[in-house]
Amino acid sequence: MSRFQVVSGKGGTGKTTVAAALALALATEGRRTLLVEVEGRQGIAQVFETEPLPYEERKIAVAPGGGEVYALAIDAERALLDYLQMFYKLGSAGRALKKLGAIDFATTIAPGVRDVLLTGKACEAVRRKDKQNRYVYDYVIMDAPPTGRITRFLNVNDEVAGLARIGPIHNQAQAVMRVLKSPETAVHLVTLLEEMPVQETADGIAELRDAELPVGRVIVNMVRPHLLDEDTLRTAAGGRRKEIAKALTRAGVTGSAGLVRPLVEQAAEHAQRVELEREQRAVLAGLELPGYELPLIGEGMDPAGLYDLATELRKQGVGEGAGQGVGT
Amino acid sequence: MTQRTGTATTGTAGATEDGSSPDPVEGTSTGPAVDLPSPTPALNTDALLDDPGIRIVVCCGSGGVGKTTTAAALGVRAAERGRKVVVLTIDPARRLAQSMGIDSLDNVPRRVPGIKGEREGGREGDGSGELHAMMLDMKRTFDEIVEAHADAERARAILENPFYQSLSAGFAGTQEYMAMEKLGQLRARDEWDLIIVDTPPSRSALDFLDAPKRLGSFLDGKFIKLLMAPAKMGGRAGMKFLNVGMSMMTGTLGKLLGGQFLRDVQTFVAAMDTMFGGFRTRADATYKLLQAPGTAFLVVATPERDALREAAYFVERLAAEEMPLAGLVLNRVHGSDAARLSAEHALAAAENLDAVGIVDQTTGKAGLRDRADHSVAPDSPEVVATPGSAPDAAPDVTPDNSEREDTAEQKNTEDHEPTASDRVPTASVEELTAGLLRLHAERMQVVAREQRTRDRFTALHPEVAVTEVAALPGDVHDLEGLRAIGDRLATGSDPAGAA
Repeated sequence: MSRFQVVSGKGGTGKTTVAAALALALATEGRRTLLVEVEGRQGIAQVFETEPLPYEERKIAVAPGGGEVYALAIDAERALLDYLQMFYKLGSAGRALKKLGAIDFATTIAPGVRDVLLTGKACEAVRRKDKQNRYVYDYVIMDAPPTGRITRFLNVNDEVAGLARIGPIHNQAQAVMRVLKSPETAVHLVTLLEEMPVQETADGIAELRDAELPVGRVIVNMVRPHLLDEDTLRTAAGGRRKEIAKALTRAGVTGSAGLVRPLVEQAAEHAQRVELEREQRAVLAGLELPGYELPLIGEGMDPAGLYDLATELRKQGVGEGAGQGVGT
Repeated sequence: MTQRTGTATTGTAGATEDGSSPDPVEGTSTGPAVDLPSPTPALNTDALLDDPGIRIVVCCGSGGVGKTTTAAALGVRAAERGRKVVVLTIDPARRLAQSMGIDSLDNVPRRVPGIKGEREGGREGDGSGELHAMMLDMKRTFDEIVEAHADAERARAILENPFYQSLSAGFAGTQEYMAMEKLGQLRARDEWDLIIVDTPPSRSALDFLDAPKRLGSFLDGKFIKLLMAPAKMGGRAGMKFLNVGMSMMTGTLGKLLGGQFLRDVQTFVAAMDTMFGGFRTRADATYKLLQAPGTAFLVVATPERDALREAAYFVERLAAEEMPLAGLVLNRVHGSDAARLSAEHALAAAENLDAVGIVDQTTGKAGLRDRADHSVAPDSPEVVATPGSAPDAAPDVTPDNSEREDTAEQKNTEDHEPTASDRVPTASVEELTAGLLRLHAERMQVVAREQRTRDRFTALHPEVAVTEVAALPGDVHDLEGLRAIGDRLATGSDPAGAA
């Protein structure tokens, strides 16, 4: 698997949760992963139910088997100040720049500079090595902006490299682009088995491909169990209501007569949904990309659910032959 | 977790505060008491849409909660109730746009065909309602501002500037700014008596409130003056007139961004100079428009933790900005007409049926009892009693209630069991019924989770009026679908309507 895993998806598909589960799943056998967020939403802290993350890499979870997950909320302004410090030893001048509004300008107004700083910081973590010349993080997982903005976000470096034609920002943009367009990176898209997210996923993949960014997998999230097969459901809608009512009574349900109608109606809705899901699966299959599937956690997401999802991802092959270029 | 204190009053962009959102009632909710009447005030969307004093409705909320669909459905409903409406959408899904007949992104309101004049005993001027819809093209909106406020030569210089081209195509906030700009323009034209606006899919739901201010303060800032100074004085030659500190700043930025980039910015800023006052004024005007009594905000969410957390934050922020909140639209809410049968009981009953299917008659009854005893958790909350739920709300499988008639009846029918299932060719009625019960249990878990999530929001903001829109199995593709959503919006404040 690629060492830099970018997780995007339509809003509401659970990309932060999936990114966190992926970071846990990849932290097998003593490996260390870094989960980064770039949108200042503190989504990672919410998923792990911890304090808001500061702008520093800190251990947030221990994976089953002893691996470690670190997390970092990248802040563009701090990244820029760090960057200025690194290249220019600015010190107090950095604060003066801030006072003038120059940092605001660079991180919020100047097109793309913010995104370059965010992706740049993540790429730095991907490439960072320790004194033994080993990678500090086996994997870096980014909780990235949503599908509608992901190509622009990742590709902005190209644009900035064109706009700022010389200078360190230009060089930085080019270096970041080299990582992003290499097999070291994989961009995954999280979707639900619903029409709008699937359509957006298909559009997003086309955009990523046009920009020559490496598309990873489609991750179908919140998959509901199919408790009844279609034929059975069709029968249910038919004339067996009396039998069902009797069976309910036998099973110990009181007042079963009044329950048959709503239960059968719910089954009909379920059948309709299963049919829609089948159509969406066909659309996804047409994309010819490998995928993962994650179940809906019925009781709602919490850290325990996160571990369940990580286990599920491992079952589906995440973390196998880590670093060997397996899979994507 | 730290408790958020009351209303957010800090002027900072605040998105980082999201992490401190409390989960006050985790684990203490009333569980599956889903048929309790909602204690929150009801949001009457029809009254809102019918109020001639309301001229702008803003739909806001986090990504993926159905803002655009809600805006479109409200638009259809308002038009069919006799108002002349324009819906401003930002980035609609293709088929939703097609459902309103706008599949070209041309930045101009287009009349939506197929709006019925009379519905629901429509109001004054039946048949006079109209729906128009448009998709925002942020670059074109920006270009139009430039063209409207600069002479031809200056406008061309700006439009061709590489910095402008990047800025207008999407700096963080352009879309938000342009959405508000467009809203101001539509309002100024005064051709519609109701404007419904969908907000951009921002990283933070609040960006559209902040963007105009941010651009305004940037354009007013010292930094712009600093950048403009050299350009005004004839490029880099002007630098020597600046004090040493300042020239170091520009020098540093020049090094960082590249001299060409900085020169592009300076040229751009100089060319835009005369327009800055206009930008600032309009940003202020739009902000005031949002505070005006003719504006109503609808916060849109789904009964998911993240979406409602964002919604809570938005409610606080609107209060802090003195912007009028009409209420919360809770989309995709699940309910059940069989809510009196809890998930636990449904599962226990399903297991009973499984047992009947697997074991033979004599051991079956013993097995059945065991299973029933195990699968019904002794502390199952709805057995303990749910205040306000129907008297027969807890169907019993536990032997404790053996004095009940149906337990005896149950024993009898069990004895006939094998013959009944033998007759069934495909799935036995036991399998089928067990499946129905499991489906129901799943539904009830979803219902209970959504209720818990919603309770948390209500605990934080009991004053916010709510309407619920029951989940549809599929997506909306046409006006009929939008009408169905509109009906649910109108009736969803009645708890029975959302079932």
